[in-house]
Amino acid sequence: MASTRQPQALENTALRPVSRSATSNSGIRHLLLRMRRRWQLYALLILPLAYIIVFSYVPMLGAQIAFRDYRVADGIWNSQWVGLENFERFFNSFQFERLIVNTITLGLYLLVVGFPIPIILALSLNQVRVLWFKKTVQLATYAPHFISVVVMVGLILQLLNPRFGILAQLTTALGLPQVNAMSRPELYQSIFVWTDIWQHMGFAAIIYLAALTTIDPSLHEAAVVDGASKLQRIWHIDIPGIMPIATMLLILNFGNFINIGFEKVLLLQNPVNTSVSEILDTYVYKVGLASPTLDFSYATAIGLFKGVIALLMVVFANYSVKKLGQESLW
Amino acid sequence: MTAIRRPFRRTDGAIKDSRGDRIFSTLNYVFLSIILIIILYPLIYTVSASFSAPSAVITGRVTLFPVDFSLVGYQKIFEHPTLVKGMLNSIFYTVVGSAVSVVLTMLAAYPLTRKDLPGRRFLTVLFFFPMLFSGGLIPFYLVVRDLGLVNTRWAVIIPTALSVWNLIITISFLRASIPEELYEAAQIDGCSDIGFLLKVVLPLAKALLAVLFLVYAVAQWNQYFISLIFQTNPDLAPLQLVLRNILVLNKVDLGMMADVKRMADQQALQEQLKFSSIVVASVPVLLLYPFVQRYFVQGLTIGAIKG
Repeated sequence: MASTRQPQALENTALRPVSRSATSNSGIRHLLLRMRRRWQLYALLILPLAYIIVFSYVPMLGAQIAFRDYRVADGIWNSQWVGLENFERFFNSFQFERLIVNTITLGLYLLVVGFPIPIILALSLNQVRVLWFKKTVQLATYAPHFISVVVMVGLILQLLNPRFGILAQLTTALGLPQVNAMSRPELYQSIFVWTDIWQHMGFAAIIYLAALTTIDPSLHEAAVVDGASKLQRIWHIDIPGIMPIATMLLILNFGNFINIGFEKVLLLQNPVNTSVSEILDTYVYKVGLASPTLDFSYATAIGLFKGVIALLMVVFANYSVKKLGQESLW
Repeated sequence: MTAIRRPFRRTDGAIKDSRGDRIFSTLNYVFLSIILIIILYPLIYTVSASFSAPSAVITGRVTLFPVDFSLVGYQKIFEHPTLVKGMLNSIFYTVVGSAVSVVLTMLAAYPLTRKDLPGRRFLTVLFFFPMLFSGGLIPFYLVVRDLGLVNTRWAVIIPTALSVWNLIITISFLRASIPEELYEAAQIDGCSDIGFLLKVVLPLAKALLAVLFLVYAVAQWNQYFISLIFQTNPDLAPLQLVLRNILVLNKVDLGMMADVKRMADQQALQEQLKFSSIVVASVPVLLLYPFVQRYFVQGLTIGAIKG
């Protein structure tokens, strides 16, 4: 590791005071000097920066076509500016209400039901003393998370098949009438949410389990000495222990709740259930990429509308969590 | 003796839970056993159906174990060029894509862990902000299209190369496991930034690299939507896209059905095939994930708690 270059440590430690000038000129020069010294780090960052700019920030810039009447021939910058026309068209369209309702109900359903269950699973697993059982349950519940969305939907369709699926066998055995679950729009959201929970609860529980292991065991020992039951210990020690991480995840999930996994929604859609299954994202996909009459501007406007709402929601969620005294994202 | 609530030490020295606690424990085990069954049953059923005769599957005779053991589903799959090609494509995308992603992630994460990087906070925000807001699907599509990536192999590798979530975990892991003192000592020895990365960080972060690779690999293996919008050429289709045709769109491949005469038999085979394809598509991932678990829990723990 020896090199003939001047050791950087001496110049970077706090031992040697760095002169700060009041004028911005020498401040910038100082900054540039510091940057030049660390040029290798910037060299490493070139590719990732290029990536994030091209694939995350340029599209943000491109989202302006929501305010234009985008024509392929004109390109982004030359297409005519139409202001809020696309948004007005969307708000006045008869799809608007249905899409918003579908998106919000599905998102909230998923959040309200899906958020507590991994926590309960983690709290429950944490109480297990028999190691092989604990590991087995963990390993098993963790597995479905890795199945692909396509396979998962395939699994759902097979299991709900009215002729031979598990549901059909069950209803036949119990003497109940046949249920063709996928052709009943009223069942769509429940199917979506509960299979989502089935698939991901084990994986989501991992974070909580990890948090539970960081709880000071002496707290539990003291509680045991004081005569606390297991339930009491869970309520007074475990739950407060995972509160920070739970609230952080809640913010992220809340702000994100309208970003439902639309790949799964798309796959589970069929002509019968679109009245409940069409959400903002699938509609954007259809209008923008999958219909015979593509309308990039209109689709972008809808997507932008959704993106802004999602951002506002995360900001709001973060703010309220701070107000409640818990740890927030920023 | 009146009911004792707290755990007490028996005369033989063992600690016994109170009655309330024992009831709770029992209920807990019952609860978890039910969960175990709920998770495992659909999976076992699927595997069993994949090894059963089509006639048994379609008449609902398969409940837990294979009925009329048969390998015809698997046979058809491996004779089926589209599916095999899909698998080969997926293998390519997974291996190359994950490698690219891991490299890109490390290139971004390492500098961001250096506390003395000028503009570090700005750069960190720059990388994390897209998690909160994006331009949307259509502008993203337009960018990829304008880069000429549509209907190329790179369409699934480059546009989704870096996951900000994985970046966060990587940064947390590096910060937690590479102590600052090590860096300072290396600096005094005259080690450069890149030198430190190559000689110290990478060797120490082998577990992290493995986890990163596996996480990206699973995501690549399982993706279908990027291919759906960017790769209309069927030669490029990954496994999941082919599966979508089989499992969701119910597209019948006449080539597979060539030697099956009756319509009813065709339908039976088609349904049974679905189970076999589910198994074939998921086996690689399900074989690997226990290995992920060991490292992943560690990485996720550090990332989530200290991040």
